[in-house]
Amino acid sequence: MIGEIALSVVVLLGGFFCFVAGLGVLRLPDVLVRMHASTKAGTLGSGLILIAVAFLFADLATVTRAVLTIVFLLITAPVAAHMIGRAAFRSGVPTWNTKIEDGVEENLRRR
Amino acid sequence: MNLFTLNIALAIAWAALTGSFTLSGLAVGFGIGSGALYLAKPLFPGSDRYFLRVWRWIKLITLFLYELVVSSIQVVWDVLTPTQLSKPGIIAMPLDAKGEMEVLLVTNLISLTPGTLSLDVNEASDTLYIHAMFADDPDAIRKQLKEGMERWVIEAME
Repeated sequence: MIGEIALSVVVLLGGFFCFVAGLGVLRLPDVLVRMHASTKAGTLGSGLILIAVAFLFADLATVTRAVLTIVFLLITAPVAAHMIGRAAFRSGVPTWNTKIEDGVEENLRRR
Repeated sequence: MNLFTLNIALAIAWAALTGSFTLSGLAVGFGIGSGALYLAKPLFPGSDRYFLRVWRWIKLITLFLYELVVSSIQVVWDVLTPTQLSKPGIIAMPLDAKGEMEVLLVTNLISLTPGTLSLDVNEASDTLYIHAMFADDPDAIRKQLKEGMERWVIEAME
């Protein structure tokens, strides 16, 4: 009973992080800052939900799938953010109030 | 057969003997197997390095999970409060990590830790371009990443 309540809290917390990640994409000022919200809060939120599901069902098939999904999320989310961020920067999407260090811009723009 | 394979074999043996082929059964088996191997250390020359590595991987994973939670809370705070605190910036960081695996780990982990997002690596894989959410002091960020994530990854991989 206590376990179920605790796991429900974890699921809700995960949902909250996912919600904030989505809200962040809507609210934050530019593409690059938005990627911060979607990668970090999104990964943590989905991770929490998957962990709670794994503990709730606690059978081999569910647990292995949950663990694998978390691993794949951890591998793919940063790569996707990196590609989207770089593509946005190269195609000249305006950045908000961003200070770019000397010499970095031409290196990022190179083909 | 290296120690890691042996440790996995011990974990499977433990799970088979206790009849609990679950993830937790395997994890317990791995832990007990590590303990047994640690006691039998003199039998395996060079095993100190293995235990050091296991310890460093555990350290890397734990610290990473902690950083992920911190960074998410930071994002949540910045999204939910009406003022935009962030002063974003793009900075270059020279990489000490060698080899594709190390660079991949460092860039991926940096993307998931507070305030930083890997944007690009140069062709020689020795400089990383990072988008930082709070870039008031680029040198402080570089120092923090170098002494934190990058050092942990290099230690775990070497």
